Amino acid sequence: MFRVSDFDIRIFHILLMYKIILAIRYLVKRRITYFAVLAVALCVFIVVVVMTVMTGLVIDFKQKNHRFVGDCVVGTESLVGFAYYEDFMEILEGQDFIAGVSPVIKSFALKRRRGSMRDEVIEIMGIDPVRHSQTTGFRETLYYHRDDVSKTFEPVDDTNLPGCVLGIDQELQRDAYSRYAQEVGPGRMDYSISCFPLTAKGAAAQAGTDMVNTKTFSFSDNSHSGLPRVDSWLVYLSFENAQRLCGMAGPVKRANAIHIKFKPNVRLGDGCEKVALLWQSFRQKKAEEKQAYLLDAVTVQSWKEYRRASVAPMEKEQAIMTVMFAFVGITTVFIVFVVFYMIISHKSKDIGILKSIGVSNVDIIELFLGFAFLVGLLGSGAGLFAGWLFLQKINRIEDWLFEHFGFQLWDRTIYAIGDIPNQVGFEVLVVIVLSAIFTCLAGALVPSWQAAKQKPIETLQVNQL
Amino acid sequence: MSKDDFILKAEGLYKSYRMGATEVKVLKGVNLEVKKGEFVAIVGASGSGKSTLLHILGALDKPDKGVVKFEKRDLSRFGADELNRFRNKMVGFVFQFYHLLDELSVLENIFLPVMAGKSIVGWIVCRRWAKNRARELLGQLGLAERAKHKPYQLSGGERQRVAIGRALMNEPKLLLADEPTGNLDSVTGDSILDTLEKLNRAGQTIVMVTHDERIAQRAERIVTLVDGKIEHKSTRI
Repeated sequence: MFRVSDFDIRIFHILLMYKIILAIRYLVKRRITYFAVLAVALCVFIVVVVMTVMTGLVIDFKQKNHRFVGDCVVGTESLVGFAYYEDFMEILEGQDFIAGVSPVIKSFALKRRRGSMRDEVIEIMGIDPVRHSQTTGFRETLYYHRDDVSKTFEPVDDTNLPGCVLGIDQELQRDAYSRYAQEVGPGRMDYSISCFPLTAKGAAAQAGTDMVNTKTFSFSDNSHSGLPRVDSWLVYLSFENAQRLCGMAGPVKRANAIHIKFKPNVRLGDGCEKVALLWQSFRQKKAEEKQAYLLDAVTVQSWKEYRRASVAPMEKEQAIMTVMFAFVGITTVFIVFVVFYMIISHKSKDIGILKSIGVSNVDIIELFLGFAFLVGLLGSGAGLFAGWLFLQKINRIEDWLFEHFGFQLWDRTIYAIGDIPNQVGFEVLVVIVLSAIFTCLAGALVPSWQAAKQKPIETLQVNQL
Repeated sequence: MSKDDFILKAEGLYKSYRMGATEVKVLKGVNLEVKKGEFVAIVGASGSGKSTLLHILGALDKPDKGVVKFEKRDLSRFGADELNRFRNKMVGFVFQFYHLLDELSVLENIFLPVMAGKSIVGWIVCRRWAKNRARELLGQLGLAERAKHKPYQLSGGERQRVAIGRALMNEPKLLLADEPTGNLDSVTGDSILDTLEKLNRAGQTIVMVTHDERIAQRAERIVTLVDGKIEHKSTRI
């Protein structure tokens, strides 16, 4: 451990002029060094490109999930839903940290297009479009009602039927460039949607008669959330229609979830904690109510927890990718080690000369570590620049490859990806550069140590020449 | 300090090396005294231990037994930093094979010992002095036109003169030369010896190792090393 004064002296010692000059000269004069620089540059290039693309995809996916859900969800997985949601919404709306609250009905249903004999299994989501737009990014997913969401469920061709909003992938095809033929539009389309209403106890609400509630809707808009499952399976209905279809509009009305948006200055964890406390107190107050048992299954979750099943696999992929790059890093350490071992083997005479003029072992280590630092700095600089340049052109390159060779990194007819993410994160770059330099120092440490241990009389003997 | 004071004194030096299973005893109790301003030649056949002795005298190696005193200070009591300073400031080495750094120019090779002892700030402060001193040495050694050349662009004699310049850069009290003409033709070798003689006349203490009696004759005093011991001492008249 250095004392402060020793450390000061050490700092000045590290900056001895001959070390800087020799490290630069070794770098310039030894061609083998170029291979080390190239190896570092290639590794940095690969890491920058893949990490940027991968991180971009994960961030984009998370943002889409966040926009879809809002900040927090008070809800249950049960299709029965929970009662007294309006009372709790009233409490929430009275809180100064909450910006928006939206009740939601969620269930499964069968959808049949008029004139078709085929039923499709879908998910329905009953929402109040105005409230939902204040709480989530719903408004931005629409095509025709973005300017006036209150009319979201009014069909475009003015039928008397209630409107429904379809996930965009249900009726429109994406082309190879991830574009929808929106200008063609689906025109007038009517759909009958059938649900299986449940009682508060979870039994079929209409047992013995017609078990299914069916209602016809007319297409009113497309919703493009960018989330493949949502865009392929989800149909939005008005809250009241969905509630009736699911049998939740009885004397004690029920909903499946309340989506919440916090005010901008509220931290997610803090907001969710406050909502959880409010919910606990609310549950206690309602403990004596007739349908209080439905409140037991209700949880308070942040959007991250609520969408964990969707986000986790992507995060896992990112983690695997990071581990793979750790192996790339180890390979770089090995390459640098080999190169430095070779360089230092050829420089044993220099080490003897330097020691004969009073250079210490630590100075020898610092000289070669300085050399390694320059290799890391140059290599990562070159790799960074090449990576940045490549990322700027990555979408054009992909388009060109697709046009000429039919190659796409992600088939846009399958994956809900627009452009390949190419926004380079400054923090990521700093971490990559520092890692590359550290890797070089690690690779050069053992050869430098060995060099320092060499005795000058051994290295200066004739047979060393 | 009078002229009779010893700048260097070696007492009972022993040194052996392992060569496989065999232990080779190189020095077997060497005693040597060098006065300030002396030019001493250590002569001996190949393998007699003269280079080993020179390395021990210059603190590049340590004896198994015995003491080396430089200006009455025991080198074995020096810490690592003191030894480095000793090699940097007090002694200058001239090797048979010159041992210059190929990456540096002639001028840079000469002022390397000054650079090796200075931080960036220290170097900035003394840079002008160091470069002037290096140029002055180059002028004295007849290499003024070669300052920007690289060592591999020079002849053997020129390289050895650069090595002498480097050894003298920090104005050391002791110059140790290990077969300084061993790799040169006789004419070039003579010019190197002339240089050493000239330096000695200017007051430089020199200890030179050579296997060649003729070259040794140029020194003020000759010490013969036979089988690891000082056998014979003679003084040039």
